[in-house]
Amino acid sequence: MAELAAVPTVARVRSRRRETHDTWTLSIDAGEFAFQPGQFNMLYAFGIGEIPVSLSGDPVAAGPLVHTIRAVGDASRAITQLKVGDPVGLRGPFGTAWPVADSTGSDVLVIAGGLGLAPLRPAIYRLFAERERYGQVALLYGTRSPADILFRHEIERWRRRLDVSIEITVDHADLAWHGHVGVVTRLIDRAIFDPDHTVALVCGPEIMMRFAASALRTAGIAPECIYLSMERNMKCAIAQCGHCQFGPVLICRDGAVMRYDRLQPLLTAREL
Amino acid sequence: MPAAQRSVLTIAGFALLVDALRARAYRVIGPTLRDQAVIYDDIGSLADLPRGWTDKQEAGQYRLTHRDDNALFGYAVGPRSWKKFLHVPEQRLWRAERSAEGMHVVAEPEPAERLAFIGVRSCELRAIAVQDRVLIEGSHPDPHYRARRKAVFVVAVNCSEPGGTCFCASMETGPRAEGGYDLALTEIAADEEPRFVVDIRSEAGAALLRELPHRDATSDEIAAAETVIAEAARKMGRTMPAAAEVPALLRRNLDHPRWEEVAGRCLTCGNCTMVCPTCFCTTVDDIPALDGSVSEHVQRWDSCFAMDFSYLHGGSVRASPRSRYRQWMTHKLSTWWDQFGSSGCVGCGRCITWCPVGIDITEEVAAIHATDSSKA
Amino acid sequence: METRGLDRLICEHAFFAGMSPDHCELIGGCARNIRFDKGAYLFREGDPANEFFLIRHGRVGLELIAPGRGPVRFLTLNPGEIAGVSWLVPPYRWLYDAQSLELTRAVAIDGGCLRQKAENDHDFGYEMMKRFMTMLVQRLHAAQLQILDVYGTHG
Repeated sequence: MAELAAVPTVARVRSRRRETHDTWTLSIDAGEFAFQPGQFNMLYAFGIGEIPVSLSGDPVAAGPLVHTIRAVGDASRAITQLKVGDPVGLRGPFGTAWPVADSTGSDVLVIAGGLGLAPLRPAIYRLFAERERYGQVALLYGTRSPADILFRHEIERWRRRLDVSIEITVDHADLAWHGHVGVVTRLIDRAIFDPDHTVALVCGPEIMMRFAASALRTAGIAPECIYLSMERNMKCAIAQCGHCQFGPVLICRDGAVMRYDRLQPLLTAREL
Repeated sequence: MPAAQRSVLTIAGFALLVDALRARAYRVIGPTLRDQAVIYDDIGSLADLPRGWTDKQEAGQYRLTHRDDNALFGYAVGPRSWKKFLHVPEQRLWRAERSAEGMHVVAEPEPAERLAFIGVRSCELRAIAVQDRVLIEGSHPDPHYRARRKAVFVVAVNCSEPGGTCFCASMETGPRAEGGYDLALTEIAADEEPRFVVDIRSEAGAALLRELPHRDATSDEIAAAETVIAEAARKMGRTMPAAAEVPALLRRNLDHPRWEEVAGRCLTCGNCTMVCPTCFCTTVDDIPALDGSVSEHVQRWDSCFAMDFSYLHGGSVRASPRSRYRQWMTHKLSTWWDQFGSSGCVGCGRCITWCPVGIDITEEVAAIHATDSSKA
Repeated sequence: METRGLDRLICEHAFFAGMSPDHCELIGGCARNIRFDKGAYLFREGDPANEFFLIRHGRVGLELIAPGRGPVRFLTLNPGEIAGVSWLVPPYRWLYDAQSLELTRAVAIDGGCLRQKAENDHDFGYEMMKRFMTMLVQRLHAAQLQILDVYGTHG
């Protein structure tokens, strides 16, 4: 029921996996639950509160819902410390979706920064599952250091595909790392795509998304073909508390995934 | 409404109106004096109304004085608005109960209270409609607001005495009550024998009026009522300049130097958001019991002026007073259109009156308009 | 007309795209072929910055050693890019290490020789500066992004 989007159901943690020093992936049994890539849930930690958490699993797969969470505050820390079998409150899914189905026939650039790979992973699953419907498909992923690489084993499996390009870069590394070091925008310069027929899906810290979008524009991709996933403080997720406003946009309702032509004037305004 | 169908209610009839609502088990809310202001609160009878009072309102100023007559509604609006009773300041949404078996969430039941509002002005009717769009006309209607809203009985009043900070005329939200009420009253002949010309807008309103002593209005009385409304439109204390152009004006002036200037005066106290009848922002708190068995999830009013309103990644997106004042004003007058398809401002003037430093939203718009950085 | 093979390599290098054959010949006069095995250093922090390198094949990592942290790599360079900018400005000393991450073939260009030729021929000098300026601006922007540590948690 639409009204129960305001009241959580109780789900149970099925499994947990530590991804990096401060990021965990939890899979949660929530019964029948459909979602689109790019959407998020509000997860509730008893006595503490709710936070928005990216759905990071395959939208088409049956089974528990996969979420990836970074522990940065009381509620997120509590949720990442939940054990298998623990109850967790859940509301959702909320927000807009990555335009995966609408991008068939195009080259697709997936550009992820840090934790931004999590809300992009559902789109990646869909792209890989229907690979023949797309042109060039590339994942460009930048993060802080090799220890901060998310979903590392999965990325290695993806690498074994011969029909996708995967490039990873880190901001700094020790000498055990033999990959790229430098900002993720440098990977855009080296990617292969037809700018007139490319859709770019970008997710990461806002600064990184701004620079990535700028580099994509320089490479000739039209702003209507670039999608970002925005983030702001969120309390209700149902467009009634006013916290997630970003100028004219309510991120819980009009986003988080939004087109760059609409976002560009908003991103350059300070403290919006 | 055809002249033949308008009625007149005397003061005595009005007193019986209040009694009849109470007899129908409504909780009757109306204007009353408290702490040197006219506020809306529970009223028991006619005697609770601020009869013979008026208000003098200016930027940062509110003062009550006696009138020369006995008008029942001879004042404008005070610091409290009807949102206190519909979009209540604190509302439990649900509670979580924890036991050995796990967790159980119990939704808060819808309120059963039936409210009757007496004395709702046109700007306030429009404000309620604005909040309706946000809270019940989206994809996830707020069940608590909706329950109170559906059950409310509204007796509107057409203003005879707009205040110094009123600008509903230029916002096209008044002074005539246009809809959203059961009965509307226009007070006439306040200097002789005050009485009310009544407009009926609903079956419930008609049914209630049938129980009360009333008679047909004379053509003079109807003319008097029209005069009151026409005069009110002329007596507005302020005007919103070029109201239709304001949304675009603010959208293209996000870096106007005026924001810095007003930030030098604004205390970010949030009074404007508290008194504004359309401000709807809320936050939620989790309140666990000491023994950890239950935690309540409670929604309460919040303000975009609060420092942590826009908290993200260890800091606030809108840290400076400049950005917070700009957020409030551009939301109210501009981006509300993008988000909800209407203006957020109804021209009631409360934000101007209750700002401790007298910031005037119409003056701010005029200043930006005067040195508009780029024409559309 | 015969051109030295090196001049042609230089003219074909992405960094010098659009350079006139005469100017490529000027650069060629200061250049030599060089190769670095995996693990070999192109230059070391503190050494005089005499030569810089056009990377033709392979990969180079730029590194600094931080006490308690060990060597930290902050940039990798690919074919088409330039390794070494400190030769452009006094005191002409390398500020970090550059290590070959795999077998790398490059064109080494004598910095002093090139600075002298630029001094003598300002048109040539301007063509050089245009290219180096673009690269430096891009590196600066990228470095600023790295400094911001956008993926870290703050506050």
